[in-house]
Amino acid sequence: MLGSGILKGMVETARNFLGSYIGKDRLTTVQFPEERLPQIEAARSFPFLVYDGADWQQGMRCVSCQICEKECPPKCIFIEKSKDKKPDAMGKPQFYPAVFDIDISVCMSCQICVEVCPFDAIKMDVDFELSTDDRFGGLLFDKQRLSKSNEYYNAIHPTEAGAVDAHFAEERAKLEAKTKAALHAKLALAAEAQVAGGEPR
Amino acid sequence: MSTAAYPSAQLMLEPAANGSEGQLLEVSMGPQHPSTHGVFRMNVALDGERVVKLKPVFGYLHRNHEKIAESETYLGSMPYTDRLDYMCSITNNWGYALAVEKLAGIVVPERAEYLRIITGELTRLQNHACLIGFLMQDMGASGTPLMYAFRERESILDLFESLTGARMMCNYMRFGGCRADMPAGWLEQAQKVVAAFPRFLDEYEQLLTGNEILMERTQGVGVLSARLAVSAGISGPMARASGVNYDIRKVDKYGIYERFAFRVPLGEHGDVYDRYMIRLLEMRESVKILEQAMRTIPAGPIVDPKLRIRGFRPKAGEAYGRIESPKGELGFYLISDGSPNPYRYRVRPPSLINLTVLEDLCLGHNVADIVVILGSVDIVLGEVDR
Amino acid sequence: MNLETIKSELEAGVPGCQLEIVANASPSGQHSLLIDAEHAVAVAGFLRDVIDLRLDYCSNVTGIDWPPKELSEKVKVKKIVDGVEREAEEIHKTQFAGHLEVVYHLFSVEKRHGPITLRMRTRDREAGVHLPSLTPIWRSAEFQEREIFDLFGVIFDGHPDLRRLLMWDEFEDHPMRRDYVDPDDFEYEPTAHDEVLRRAKQHLSEMGGQ
Repeated sequence: MLGSGILKGMVETARNFLGSYIGKDRLTTVQFPEERLPQIEAARSFPFLVYDGADWQQGMRCVSCQICEKECPPKCIFIEKSKDKKPDAMGKPQFYPAVFDIDISVCMSCQICVEVCPFDAIKMDVDFELSTDDRFGGLLFDKQRLSKSNEYYNAIHPTEAGAVDAHFAEERAKLEAKTKAALHAKLALAAEAQVAGGEPR
Repeated sequence: MSTAAYPSAQLMLEPAANGSEGQLLEVSMGPQHPSTHGVFRMNVALDGERVVKLKPVFGYLHRNHEKIAESETYLGSMPYTDRLDYMCSITNNWGYALAVEKLAGIVVPERAEYLRIITGELTRLQNHACLIGFLMQDMGASGTPLMYAFRERESILDLFESLTGARMMCNYMRFGGCRADMPAGWLEQAQKVVAAFPRFLDEYEQLLTGNEILMERTQGVGVLSARLAVSAGISGPMARASGVNYDIRKVDKYGIYERFAFRVPLGEHGDVYDRYMIRLLEMRESVKILEQAMRTIPAGPIVDPKLRIRGFRPKAGEAYGRIESPKGELGFYLISDGSPNPYRYRVRPPSLINLTVLEDLCLGHNVADIVVILGSVDIVLGEVDR
Repeated sequence: MNLETIKSELEAGVPGCQLEIVANASPSGQHSLLIDAEHAVAVAGFLRDVIDLRLDYCSNVTGIDWPPKELSEKVKVKKIVDGVEREAEEIHKTQFAGHLEVVYHLFSVEKRHGPITLRMRTRDREAGVHLPSLTPIWRSAEFQEREIFDLFGVIFDGHPDLRRLLMWDEFEDHPMRRDYVDPDDFEYEPTAHDEVLRRAKQHLSEMGGQ
């Protein structure tokens, strides 16, 4: 019969239409912003700088090595090194960024800066509601706007942050063991020197 | 250097000498058009409703990708390849990674090959589903098949987001493997999505394949002969719909496609209906490949641990690597001079080459058929213009 | 499929053609055949029809710009120093004139093999940029040769419709050449990038003042 193909197709649309009242798999619309989909863990929007502890300036992990600036494909990161040093995440005095700007109107969220950072200092955020009416300044994020705490990082990317924290804990334990061993060696040497010097203990 | 000696035919037709109104009408199906799949223009000369001459005009999305790549490192070009054929970013990445691996002689570990095939075939599924949806949309189906296709595409894009971090601009392949391994539960979720896909395809076919309007508008329209297809460098589903048995997955056997049993559907007539059917059948074959791959994926590293991300300097030389992207043969030609940046980086875009025969396909048909034929060619302007 | 065999068959089949094998140092092993402009169409036709390879599918046509530069190489020469013949190292400087190159990647759909790479070089980069078009042999070269004309400036004789492809028709100059300079009067809105740089410097002065 002419038109049987169209009628079969209408059965299909009817199935989808009526099915949308019954099953969730046919009604896939999410009424944003009242309803939101749960954040997928690995999602990425724009980079942010991680700081440990409470003070965002003292706890910043970035040591201004400028590797992310060089590797960034659209060159949206601008870093100026500081003149003095401050302790980094492992306690060693390092330079820090006096200026760290990311222009998110240029950034293409490729995540290469995160991949090449040797200090786990820059990670990808998931916040996408960043609209502003200032086209130039509003989309140029400075160091303060970019700095977010390690707790925030653990909240948005639990698995990844957990791995980074475990790695840091391991490094700190190794460093502690090394300094303890060095201290023991120094004490042992001092004791030996005393005995050899013939002084009564 | 001026190209004044080679002017463009802005007006394709000479004004009639005797001043009477000409028989032919020249229309510019201009760059802003809901059905031209992007900023694409066609200068069409019409005799009533029938096409007498057709010249495609593009370059509106030319972003200088090849020149940018000359000043970026090899890895820095990878996110830019995402944006070539922006519907299928993972296969673009794969083509580029394959070319660089050929250039530098890098071997890819097995698990990474499986991941590449899984993500590549998922990309093919969502591309073909959307392509059919857009073809129907251009034909006037007001978006219903398109939205059904997008519903399935959403589940695939969710998979991409949990694996790569982004829905469309995935930046997933690296030279020598993939960037990230599957998170916990990803494989089960992917298997669920793939298991539900054949039912969606059955529903889709019930909606579309026997539809009389579709058959009237697409059968016998835009017929491409196999001989012209080969000569014009047509590749992918468009060539296979004309009966050319050439699928780069079977010919070059790149990756580990040899291990999977799948067939290559071929068309007989080479018209728009055949191109639509080929894409449907290819989706079914992709589902087969996915089921096999997800069942047998081994454990192991996803990239060679000795390879460094920074400071990659391949030896001087050149290489041409190509893959079967959902649009056709996507090739990358790289010339290295030993520095971290490529000397010449060339993308062989399937969409651009497939447009070579657009005029041949449209001659003699009506204006309404142009849109349908263009929809079946499957172009993405990001790739045509780079 | 050996380039040597192809070369000898071509030299036999197309009399007068000058061919040269250009080696490729990378692990890809894709060596190419340099053909001369005069016999290019005959060679291409031979490759497509006569020779056993049946290269009926031209996959990719690429343009490459080799700008002129000075090459220096160390050469060992025998010199007479204080009456004794010694070997010394001298630096020989040669001037590489610069030319444009067009590379064709050919495959066979019938026999399912490839790629075979062909190269053609222009005489120089100014007036001698004419090369024969291979579009009559492989239709897929049509748009790609137009693109090379547009972006590099190689003029293909025998092309059915040679005009600019990606740039607009009134555009002057050829963007993909290595010596192309963006014009200053280019109409664009000042991007955040320049503004960003100014603000970054402002941040630094503010921080320095703290």
